[in-house]
Amino acid sequence: MIGIGHYLAVGMVLFVTGIFGLFLNRKNVIVMLMSIELMLLAVNVNFVAFSTFHNDLQGQVFTLFVLTVAAAEAAIGLAILVCFFRNRGTIDVEDVNVMKG
Amino acid sequence: MAAVIFFYLFALLSIVGGLGTVLGRNPVHSVLWLILSFISAAGLFVLAGAEFVAMLLVIVYVGAVAVLFLFVVMMLDVDFSALRAETSRLLPVGLLIGLVILLQLGIAFGDWHAAPTAPELARAPVPDATLIQNTAAIGQILYDEYFLAFQMAGLVLLVAMIGAIVLTLRHRQDVKRQNVMLQMSRDPKKAMAVIDVKPGQGLG
Repeated sequence: MIGIGHYLAVGMVLFVTGIFGLFLNRKNVIVMLMSIELMLLAVNVNFVAFSTFHNDLQGQVFTLFVLTVAAAEAAIGLAILVCFFRNRGTIDVEDVNVMKG
Repeated sequence: MAAVIFFYLFALLSIVGGLGTVLGRNPVHSVLWLILSFISAAGLFVLAGAEFVAMLLVIVYVGAVAVLFLFVVMMLDVDFSALRAETSRLLPVGLLIGLVILLQLGIAFGDWHAAPTAPELARAPVPDATLIQNTAAIGQILYDEYFLAFQMAGLVLLVAMIGAIVLTLRHRQDVKRQNVMLQMSRDPKKAMAVIDVKPGQGLG
């Protein structure tokens, strides 16, 4: 029978895949944003798993808020990306050094 | 039995989708893999009994976020192959860090147990699904206990929308635009004149 551990394992693998993607695509900021979405999806999987197996609806409500923030983050991130591309003609994030940070 | 088979199918598909997103050469393919991953995760949510969140995932992620990604990928004229040139250098580091985090999470989850008092601590117990369905149950606590958080989420979305518009809006100076006031204030008396052209002389 499928237990909470199975869902947590899926969430774990998805989260690690997201982190792996962040490191693998250091230059391509679009794929980095997609990796962040994958990590948030892993968080949602964990929330729903705990919600189901502990019989508490709070987890699903919190998933809604994570989803909201993820959508807002994707919109803002892509807007910054479009803005950056207009100014610099590239999306290579290693070129982002205008502020000498 | 069918639930077990579908669980493994959706779990496998979502992980394959995640790996495809991360490893894909073409960002358009990455977005499509991401959509596969999200749809499979929605399937997992349905299996877990969270139908509303599952449908929301399909609508918000596949319908809005993935399409937004697709738009941006196709709008930007970027040579994506140049961006992947250093991948082979970063692969070992990424694999190492991924492995370490995987092991840490494995250790954390491997010897993890819920507290014995967990069932009593549930703040919003899931009602009997035959009496009240998932969507209605979520609505009852979302609009009651979490009303402030719900409003805040709406505010976050509003700020994100305004921010995205402000960031990407630009007023181009190098294109011709319609000036409505100029058009409306145009007067035939000033715009036209009758000229008596003499034969053989022209307008000179």
